[in-house]
Amino acid sequence: MKVILRNPRKEVEVSGQRRVKDLLTELDILPSTVLVIRGNELLTGDTVVGGDDILEVRPVISGGGLRAPAGPVR
Amino acid sequence: MKCRKCGGRAALELRRHNAAFCPPHFLEFFRKQVAEAVHKHRMFTREETVLVAVSGGKDSLALWDVLIEEGYQTAGLYLDLGIFEYSQESKAKCLAFAAARGQKLVIERVADAVGAPIPEVQKATRRPTCSACGLSKRYLMNRAALEHGYQVVATGHNLDDEAATLFGSVLHWQMDALPRQSPALASTHPKLVRRVKPLYRLSELETAAFAFLRGIDYIVEECPFSKGATSLAHKELLNRLEESSPGAKHNFLFGFLEKARPAFARAEAVALQECASCGQVTTGAVCAFCKLADQVKRRMIE
Repeated sequence: MKVILRNPRKEVEVSGQRRVKDLLTELDILPSTVLVIRGNELLTGDTVVGGDDILEVRPVISGGGLRAPAGPVR
Repeated sequence: MKCRKCGGRAALELRRHNAAFCPPHFLEFFRKQVAEAVHKHRMFTREETVLVAVSGGKDSLALWDVLIEEGYQTAGLYLDLGIFEYSQESKAKCLAFAAARGQKLVIERVADAVGAPIPEVQKATRRPTCSACGLSKRYLMNRAALEHGYQVVATGHNLDDEAATLFGSVLHWQMDALPRQSPALASTHPKLVRRVKPLYRLSELETAAFAFLRGIDYIVEECPFSKGATSLAHKELLNRLEESSPGAKHNFLFGFLEKARPAFARAEAVALQECASCGQVTTGAVCAFCKLADQVKRRMIE
């Protein structure tokens, strides 16, 4: 199956079948930090993927911007 | 994995709620969480028009989408930071979102107000980019709301944002920041509009899932200046904690809001003055040390 990673964009070929949660562990990705997308559906960790599947692993974490700066100790 | 409500195939597992939902029931869950936030903190009414600060990202567009669907009167506010292609793309996403839903979008250019776009501000001031950017955004959001006649500004801050900010504030014991961390900041001055965060009960994963399931076209790429941001490091720490202890972020933030924040707010509300005896800072007329010393002195005489 083909796995598309974002930020930076990268494509990885993975052979065999495995659960989404195991795939993320192999890729060293915390499950709570990404959506795993196949076509127009979201996949939960127990979904078995493989074969001709094309998966997008889309990060959900954003930072900077409006958050209050940690700043120096006052 | 099955949906907790209907037994259908789940699209998202929410470990901190020990639940999973199919798309329709997840969207229902999400909207209920927003409604709960708005109701609990009396963020705004249906009679008020809400200015929603949008960046083109998942959180702010998801928030705007929910408020429109729930029938609130809204307008969007896009602050053009002038950050190269990132700003061009994010502005295009906001314009397309507003046009598709027939909503008004107010656009303000940071360069017009500050004198230079954010990348130049950073060079000129040597202030950390996110710091200068955040300061500019807070200032311009308030000014735009006043100029355009809105009583309330809503931002897309989510549970992860709030937990990471709290973590940073606690790590440095920022006593001025802690009382101000709240899902709703009331207007305490005629020229200060109310600021609310209706997504504070929802995680970043949940806002992303909502945006995806609603077909919202948001900018997935991150701001080029956010790389290495302190808030991202704090989020990573909290996410690792969450992985082994689901609900940790929720408990950290909600425990603070319910149990600790009132104490910090009280501390901030107390007026400080100089001790009439020694001149040191105290909350009363005479400081506790001087009272103790006075007691000791009187005992010695007796």
